[in-house]
Amino acid sequence: MNIPELQKMTLQVRKEIIKSLHSAGAGHPGGSLSAAELFTYLYFEELHVDPKNPQMADRDRFVLSKGHTAPGLYAALAFRGFFPVEDLMTLRHTGSYLQGHPDMKQTPGVDMSTGSLGQGLSVAVGMALAAKMDGRDYRVYAMCGDGEIQEGQIWEAAMFAGYHKLDNLVVIVDNNRLQIDGYVEDVCSPYPLDKKFEAFHFHTIQIDGHNFEEIAAAFAEAKSVKGKPTLIIARTVKGKGVSFMEDEVSWHGKAPGDAEFEIAMKDLEKAGEALCQ
Amino acid sequence: MSVIQNRKDLPRVATRDGYGKGLVELGRADERIVVLDADLAAATRTGDFMKAFPERHINCGIAEANMAGIAAGLAACGKIPFMSTFAMFVAGRAFEQVRNSIGYPHMNVKIGATHAGISVGEDGATHQCNEDIALMRLIPGMLIINPCDSIEAEAAVRAAYEYDGPVYLRLGRLAVPVLNDRPDYKFELGKAAVLREGSDLSIFATGLCVVEALDAADRLAEEGIEAEVVNVHTIKPLDTELVASSAAKTGRVFTVEEHSVIGGLGAAVCEALSETCPTKVTRIGIYDVFGESGPALELLHKYGLDAEGIYHKIKESIN
Repeated sequence: MNIPELQKMTLQVRKEIIKSLHSAGAGHPGGSLSAAELFTYLYFEELHVDPKNPQMADRDRFVLSKGHTAPGLYAALAFRGFFPVEDLMTLRHTGSYLQGHPDMKQTPGVDMSTGSLGQGLSVAVGMALAAKMDGRDYRVYAMCGDGEIQEGQIWEAAMFAGYHKLDNLVVIVDNNRLQIDGYVEDVCSPYPLDKKFEAFHFHTIQIDGHNFEEIAAAFAEAKSVKGKPTLIIARTVKGKGVSFMEDEVSWHGKAPGDAEFEIAMKDLEKAGEALCQ
Repeated sequence: MSVIQNRKDLPRVATRDGYGKGLVELGRADERIVVLDADLAAATRTGDFMKAFPERHINCGIAEANMAGIAAGLAACGKIPFMSTFAMFVAGRAFEQVRNSIGYPHMNVKIGATHAGISVGEDGATHQCNEDIALMRLIPGMLIINPCDSIEAEAAVRAAYEYDGPVYLRLGRLAVPVLNDRPDYKFELGKAAVLREGSDLSIFATGLCVVEALDAADRLAEEGIEAEVVNVHTIKPLDTELVASSAAKTGRVFTVEEHSVIGGLGAAVCEALSETCPTKVTRIGIYDVFGESGPALELLHKYGLDAEGIYHKIKESIN
């Protein structure tokens, strides 16, 4: 896809995030919306995957360590063809295969069950290690939240990945700056992200996580790095694309009501019209 | 009569040694076998595997939560990981990683948990895990095997390998009598083994308490009390059928384990019998206290888990 096409797809993803959360009556819009460009780029450009064969042995793996932002992942998977887009409306409904947090046993295309913060990165590291042990060239991608990395297990995983020179591993931190209780630097600052991960022998790249040129360049750069895992620090806006949700901590984990849903969809429609001009 | 005669002078080997030996055999048979450690490879007895297959041994350092996740990731990519550390540091420290990253996605990860129970000895309460059976029983799909000797531990490694899903192998530090070095020995996952038939009472024992229960039964027999001794090596799934039929036969049940009486074998037997064959049960185990430092055999004696303690507890309970 070219950049305008990626931008249009991202808007579709954002709309489905809002629609599915509205349908569920619960969920996490802020971090789903902030990572919408990243989800879109991963599934439409970066990951070597096959919707017709979700278990393909040599596929690239993606672990959504910040599992609460599953609505963004689900929308990207649906548009990529892993399951019908209309099923997104069953998110969090009883009996749905679209659980509140990703479930690899139920949802086609989901490579790891996640949701309890801090655990997904270790699993991604295990997957990257398996590829190295078997001499296979698939790559492993993990997305963490900037609040999530307060978990100690993240640093255990980072230490292992750096020490074992897992250059087939790319960690993306969705740096939307907010966690449930406020700005990350006010709750318990994880900064400086770059220096910390560099000390753990990572190659680090900082980008605007809403800019496709920068996203594309970062993933390309990661592929060229040898002997080190890569950390992409994606600066984003929590709630991106919905006026009243942007940079607003109260929209971390609640669904829009009917009136809010209308405003959110209008915001996204307007953004779509702007793209067409 | 016991199926195992002449228990005097049996060689003593720890179940963790059987684990190490079993891993080497499996490693030879299947290249998918990988072994993980958290800086305790010498203690978990994975050293022989490491020497034989260095490229398939991964030392994660002192980071058990990460080790659990790495094991899950390896399993997701087709490996069969055996992650090894002390019971306390996997069932305890990494409980939630085991639950969410291994149990929930039903990963094909085997947990070799050594140094379980009070027989850890001198290291004391912080390292004596008397809670792991209870914790692991709570995880849907998790199997629990607590072998009674090194031969059974080796067989348990093989059985865990043959099962597609998570298995918790409960292993000990202390060298214990090798009961099962006999031609007719056979390990069947989920099937408890009657080691001594009796009609007066049933003793369901697990791990190193099995041999102690057999010795206690001999002493009871001298007084005309015939105890049935059952080796419950698989705690989950429990062999409910055998537990119920033995209880129905004898009408009086004792459970013996090197674990809290809360949530372990005793609890599992009570739960099963209350639904199938209500029978009076006396649970012998650690009575809701922390352990302490001391030589393992002295501690087993102090906490009433040796043959003498089991004998006295049974005598006072039936009189």
